[in-house]
Order: sequence, then C-alpha cells, then structure tokens
Amino acid sequence: MFKRNTLCRYSLEVGFIYGLRLLTAIAAVVVLFIVGFLIVEAWPVLRQIAVSRFLRDQSWHPVSGQYNLLPMIIGTSSVTFGAMLLAVPFGLASGIFCQYYAPDWLARIYRRLIELLAGIPSVVYGFWGLVVLVPLIGQVHPPGPSLLAGILILALMIMPTIALITDSSLATVPARYLWGAQALGLSRWGIVRGVALPAARSGILAGIVLALGRAIGETMAVLMVCGNVVQVPDSLFAPVRTLTANMALEMAYATDLHRSALFVSGLVLMGCIGVLVFVADQVGRYG
Amino acid sequence: MRQLHRFLPFSIGALLLLSACDKPPNSANAANKLVVTGSSTVAPLLSEIAKRYEANHAGVRIDVQTGGSSRGIADARQGVAQIGMVSRSLKSTENDLQAFMIAKDGIAVILHEQNPVAKLSNQQIVEIYTKQITNWQQLGGRDAPITVVHKAAGRSTLELFVSHFKLKPTAVKPDVIIGDNEQGIKTVAGNPNAIGYVSIGTAEYSVKHQVPVKLIPLDGVAASIANVQNGKFPLARSLNLVTKSAPQGFQKEFIDFARSKEVRDLVQAQYFVPVQP
Repeated sequence: MFKRNTLCRYSLEVGFIYGLRLLTAIAAVVVLFIVGFLIVEAWPVLRQIAVSRFLRDQSWHPVSGQYNLLPMIIGTSSVTFGAMLLAVPFGLASGIFCQYYAPDWLARIYRRLIELLAGIPSVVYGFWGLVVLVPLIGQVHPPGPSLLAGILILALMIMPTIALITDSSLATVPARYLWGAQALGLSRWGIVRGVALPAARSGILAGIVLALGRAIGETMAVLMVCGNVVQVPDSLFAPVRTLTANMALEMAYATDLHRSALFVSGLVLMGCIGVLVFVADQVGRYG
Repeated sequence: MRQLHRFLPFSIGALLLLSACDKPPNSANAANKLVVTGSSTVAPLLSEIAKRYEANHAGVRIDVQTGGSSRGIADARQGVAQIGMVSRSLKSTENDLQAFMIAKDGIAVILHEQNPVAKLSNQQIVEIYTKQITNWQQLGGRDAPITVVHKAAGRSTLELFVSHFKLKPTAVKPDVIIGDNEQGIKTVAGNPNAIGYVSIGTAEYSVKHQVPVKLIPLDGVAASIANVQNGKFPLARSLNLVTKSAPQGFQKEFIDFARSKEVRDLVQAQYFVPVQP
C-alpha cells in the first residue's frame, strides 16, 4: 500500500515536471520568436542604411529618410528614470508603513486602495493626465504635455507595484528574525532597516525591476501626456517622445522602410529591457 | 492578411497552448467572399458596413484589411482584392480604376473656445505652424505663446493638411504631436492657447457636446459638415472604394449597399459625411 502510494506520487511528479518543462519551453520559444520576428522586420532598413545613422541623422523623419532614434532613447530613459526616482521611495515607504507601522485595520484598507491603483488600466491614467494634469502644468509653464507630465503619470502607475511587492516581501520575513532583533533592544526603525529590509531585499529588488519594466514599456499613458515631439528635452516642461509612443503613433500608418525603422526602435527597446534585467540580476546576486 | 502572416509564428504558439480551440468556421466558397484592402481611415467604417451586410446575407464573408490607400490601389489593380479602399480622390495616373465614393471627410482648424482670435488667413496658419508667429498677440489675441498641435507622421489628415497649406513636413515645428482626432480635441480643449486640426465631424460633435473648442473658417467658408457636404469647404476629401473593372453581381451589390441610406448611421457614427443626405 505504502509502496504503491509513493510510486504513484513519483510518477505524478515526473509528469508534472515534464509538463512544466513543456510550458517553459513554449514560453522560451515564444520569446525567441518575438526577437526573431523583430529582427526579420527590422532587417530591410538595417541592410540599407548604416546602423550609426540611427544615432547620427539630423532628426526622425522616416518619410524623408532620416532615422535618428537618439532623442527617443533619451526620452524613454529620462521619463523612466524620473518616474523611478519618485516611485521607489514612495513605494518602499508605503510598503514599510503597511507592514510595520499602520494599525491592522488601516493597513487592510490602505492595501486595498493600493491594489485598486495597481489595477487601473494605463489608458485611464493617460486620460486623467490629459484632461487634468496636463492643463495644470500648462498653466505653470505652457504647453503642458511634457516630460514632467510623463514622469508624474508613470510614477503614479508604478508606485503601487513597488508598494505591493515590498509589502508582501516584508510579510515573508520570518517573525523570529524580528523577535530576535527586538530582544536585542533595537528600535522599530532599527529592526526595519537592519533586519527586515535586508532579509526581504531580493523580493523588493524584483518588484523594482518589475516596475522599471512597466515604466519602460508603458505606451498609452505616455503617448497621451508627453507631447510626442521628437527632441532631446531641455527642461522638465519640454515635450518628449518615447520609443513606445513612437511605435504606437506611427505603426498603423507606416510602410516599407519607415515601418522597418519602427521595428528597429522595437529592437532598441528590447535591448534596453534586456540590459536592465541583466543589471538587476547582477545587483540582486552580488550587490 | 499581410499583417496576419507576420503573426503566424505566434499563432502557432497560441495553437499549441490552446489545444481545445474552436475549429474555424467553414470557409465560404469564393463566390461568397470579398476581400477589401486599403486605407486605414476607411477600414473601421467599412468593417462596420461589412458586419451589417453579413448579418443581412447569410453565408457571405467580407474580409476587410488595412494597409493604407496605396495598398488599396495596388491590390485592386493586381486583383489581390476585389475592392480597394482609398481615402482621397484618385490621381490622374490612377484612372484605370473605378472609384465609388462612400463618404466625405473634412479637416477643420480648431482653437480653444476662449481664444479671442476668430479667424486666421492661410498665410497666418502657415506662419504659426512654421513658428514665424509664436504669440497670439501678433494675431490680435492675448499675450500668450501659441501651442502648435500637429499630427504624427504618415497620417493622411497630416498629408492633406500640409499639402493644402503647401507646408514642407520638415518645416513644421510642433509643440505637441497627437495620434487620433479625439486626442487632438482633448489637447486643444485643455489649453486655451493651442491650435490644432482634426477631422471636421469629430470637431463638430465635440462642440455640440460642450467641449470648449471652436472651428475656424477656411478661406472664409465656415468649417461644418454641411459645407463639406455641399462641396464649399476647401479642405475636404472623399473616401472611396475602387475596383479594377465595373463591379458585378455580389461585388456591385455590396458597393451599392455601402453607398446607400441603410448605412448612413454607421457613416455618421464614425464622424464622416454620408454621400446620401
């Protein structure tokens, strides 16, 4: 009886593992397909013009044969960087508050609220930004659609991700660590900073990377509030265009080399995210 | 379909995942199938018209694919599609094709409702869009910088706008670049010092719904659907279906349906001007 049972469990487990392997393989193949597809689509323009032209052309006027992607790479990085600068401290603070400072009933309500924020579709944020935030910024410094608007909207969108993952990572820190720290006479903040945060570090970092990925890839909201002028922004109030907005704006109307050039911007975006994931991985492992 | 082919690898992946997916419906035989390709402006309207036609005619399949007016022309010529969609009038080099207008569209220059400037000459519009005029004061308005709202490259609205005002696309210096008409309306409505241009139907609809924008007359003609309809408004275009030879049978029936009163509500829902009032 016992024997048969273990055998049964064993074969089940083997089946489960093979099933998992199959699903993983499919996921990997899909990712490879996406990269391959991007390269195939980008190939016509890569074959015809030198790669350096994507960084050195006068501007982005693909219809007239000018393909400078640099302003959009800078646009994407500045919007993302600005949003992270705002969202990371707020997200961390919010997670720590929820886990260690708020009374139970407040934490529960607060958590629900943040979950709600995380679930709002990006186009709703974009719409709110377009009709409320952008006119407000416009009153301070016209025209309104700007790098600043993009940063604020993106920060609002990714903050819940960081807050929720920080919250749940902190929740998995074993209670005995905290008791031990308490027994040593550490203050609450001392315990949080010295014990809880380091113990939850990898989870928190994963949350930050997830938020970063969302910020880089976000399209609709950014498209609606950033102004989309192709230029290197000279101030927070200057409009910018991101790589994602570039594709969303022009893809439906692009043909031939123009279309192909948009796939090059897709490749660049893919590359940026790849590099970030790699860096985050290294930081998580050795940092 | 061209777009679909590009996604074929994904479809295969998806099929692997969804082993229990539905079988495709029995493909209609060739006589009952129409392929329509072309302009992305016309495609959403024609998809709606096709849906209604299919609902009225059992067993009929109409396949609508976008790809731009030039694809509509090319596909109709080569016989890849029985009908092409073109969001402009045919050029003289294209008169080997037959065109059937299904709707009209116009483009209106819009300002914020509170902007005291009531009219602009073509020259002034050109100078605003090339940043030779940068303050409303120079046009008799308030002392405020002008926010120039422009369309993203490749849009037919933009092409029509720049060709009407004989602007060089690279000479335009925008402050904001928008995607669709709705975003243009929202942008101008949220900024009292903005100027933009959008599809006339969308603009008129917004004004009717208390959105604070106003339409500027062009060449002294008020920007309105009525003036597009009677042909007075200068910045208008026709949306056409094109065929290689005189349409016959089922093809003709569908084109007639697309031009008939039966689809007027669909045309208006997309903010275009129906051919039959």
